[in-house]
Amino acid sequence: DKTRRGLINQLKAIVGQGPLNQDAVTEIEALLLQADAGVEATDKIIAALQTKLREEVLPPEEAIAYLKKLLRDLLDRPLQSHNPVFVPEKDTLNIWLITGVNGAGKTTTIGKLAHIAQKSGYRCLIAAADTFRAAAVEQVKVWGQRSGVDVIANPGQNTDPAAVVFDGIAAAQSRGTELLLVDTAGRLQNKKNLMDELTKIRRIIDKKAGNARVESLLVLDATLGQNGLRQARVFSEAAQLSGVVLTKLDGTAKGGVALAVVEELGLPIRFIGAGEGIEDLRPFSSYEFVEALISG
Amino acid sequence: MFDALSERLEQAWTKLRGQDKISESNVKDALREVRRALLEADVNLQIVKDFVAEVEQKALGAEVVQGVRPDQQFIEVVYNELVQVMGEANVPLAEAPSKPTIVLMAGLQGTGKTTASAKLALHLRKEERTTLLVATDVYRPAAIDQLVALGKQINIPVFELGTSADPVEIARQGVEKARADGFDVVIVDTAGRLQIDQEMMGELARIKETIQPHETLLVVDAMTGQEAANLTRTFHDQIGITGAILTKLDGDTRGGAALSVRRISGQPIKFVGVGEKVDALQPFYPDRMASRILGMGDVLTLVEKA
Ligand SMILES: Nc1nc2c(ncn2[C@@H]2O[C@H](COP(=O)(O)OP(=O)(O)OP(=O)(O)O)[C@@H](O)[C@H]2O)c(=O)[nH]1
Ligand SMILES: Nc1nc2c(ncn2[C@@H]2O[C@H](COP(=O)(O)OP(=O)(O)OP(=O)(O)O)[C@@H](O)[C@H]2O)c(=O)[nH]1
Ligand SMILES: [Mg+2]
Ligand SMILES: [Mg+2]
Repeated sequence: DKTRRGLINQLKAIVGQGPLNQDAVTEIEALLLQADAGVEATDKIIAALQTKLREEVLPPEEAIAYLKKLLRDLLDRPLQSHNPVFVPEKDTLNIWLITGVNGAGKTTTIGKLAHIAQKSGYRCLIAAADTFRAAAVEQVKVWGQRSGVDVIANPGQNTDPAAVVFDGIAAAQSRGTELLLVDTAGRLQNKKNLMDELTKIRRIIDKKAGNARVESLLVLDATLGQNGLRQARVFSEAAQLSGVVLTKLDGTAKGGVALAVVEELGLPIRFIGAGEGIEDLRPFSSYEFVEALISG
Repeated sequence: MFDALSERLEQAWTKLRGQDKISESNVKDALREVRRALLEADVNLQIVKDFVAEVEQKALGAEVVQGVRPDQQFIEVVYNELVQVMGEANVPLAEAPSKPTIVLMAGLQGTGKTTASAKLALHLRKEERTTLLVATDVYRPAAIDQLVALGKQINIPVFELGTSADPVEIARQGVEKARADGFDVVIVDTAGRLQIDQEMMGELARIKETIQPHETLLVVDAMTGQEAANLTRTFHDQIGITGAILTKLDGDTRGGAALSVRRISGQPIKFVGVGEKVDALQPFYPDRMASRILGMGDVLTLVEKA
């Protein structure tokens, strides 16, 4: 497979001095498109690279280094307006609302976050607000047990998830919890009633826990294609997103749609999921992400 | 609505107007728009290239029919080619000559295998075929509970041996039980796995070897991007699939993954998932999928109007 040969080697053969020729454009375009960056973002990135190469004569290595820098800058830009350090504040209630489409990895991410929080000495609690999917509560309870974190759930079937969030906040407040993780049911962004339900959950958090520090995270599956951008747009409205978690990066998918999401919505990527195990969550690093993307 | 291909092509088409033949020079812009539309729909880049080359071949030199605008004729060429690649007709679930028909479900994590297993069982009941579900996902927390709960909802029995048993052994015993108890169909749900996970792919291969399924269905999330081609290739090469189920089509994704799955495996997509509820399963129709990928509500009427 050509894309696995490493971009540098490919480009050495085709990048001359000066602006990229058609072959070089085609190669870089292929790399970005195959990473799910999307046509628009790819066009923009290549145009930016071309502009640079028209101004300045760069050898292939430096052209690639510049391309990587472009991508890293894009990914780091939201940190100018968001806190670059992403940790719950001690001795105060932090609420992290975890949202996303079906099967993206929300519950697993909650399990991993609970584990890190517990290890780092935070008083942590989980609200099991997916009251819809079969055995969703059982699933998050297993994660709670694994990390020794209590789970607030409603034993009834198909109960109102907003009520569970309400109970979760009440429990968190009375226990002096520092991090409340809220697991929500998967929902596709074109389902109006389900997005309204999410808005309601968000409203309850803001109302009932006015003093809490709230983070609202969208979980995106790295295997997603261009629909990821639509997801981010709609969830951003409904849940007032403040960041993104990119899961399943242990596969071969590059998660390039995140580039478009970061660019368009200005949301920072906070964590990446790299496996199904409890330890498989890492802080996002634009350096690692771009290296993985470019190395093919 | 999506920005329909027909709209997007408007500009490119003007070049085709007033010409009596679709030629290499006048079709170039139109082909570029098709390429773009397919990429935006998440069709794999390599497949887009091959597809566009084929469309060019078919379109080139096609005489422009009197009374039909060349742009519309071009759309028809694209659409027909897409439907053809997609497989033309719906292909039903296999039926073994002697009971039980054995169905193996496989795919990446979170694509909808467990849900689809239950949906399929319900669908089969409508055809008056009885089903036993088999729960072999001993890894994901509460995966067995999930299948058991779904089975309860639709009153379909679920065979399980807990989470400490070996998935291959669970599958073997499940199929044995289905045979002994005279079920028409047995559906084996498996844990999600990455196609690059050698150990887990090995396990799946052993399950398949042991139960000798009549149908091995790859469950693919319709929102999958470029990766759809890679994962299909590896599952098909290492396991061998006989068909696919495309899930979460109730979303607003264009679903270009469908083209990749079909093209790479050569196997038909048999069903689509259109919701979280157990009755949200439909047969796959290639023509509808083609319109959807192209972002065209109704190609046929458009062509007929001409
Ligand atoms: N390989 C891999 N699998 C993951 C990762 N994160 C989650 N998964 C798997 O993806 C599947 C879905 O994960 P869940 O956490 O249940 O996803 P969810 O978003 O809560 O799903 P719903 O609640 O049904 O919408 C499970 O099989 C997880 O084990 C990851 O980073 N890598
Ligand atoms: N909207 C919608 N959701 C679906 C569809 N099929 C499955 N889901 C949802 O997708 C999520 C994952 O479905 P599962 O059946 O658990 O997927 P799985 O492949 O068994 O997941 P793992 O066993 O963790 O690999 C759940 O939230 C399901 O309710 C569908 O067709 N439409
Ligand atoms: Mg969940
Ligand atoms: Mg499952």
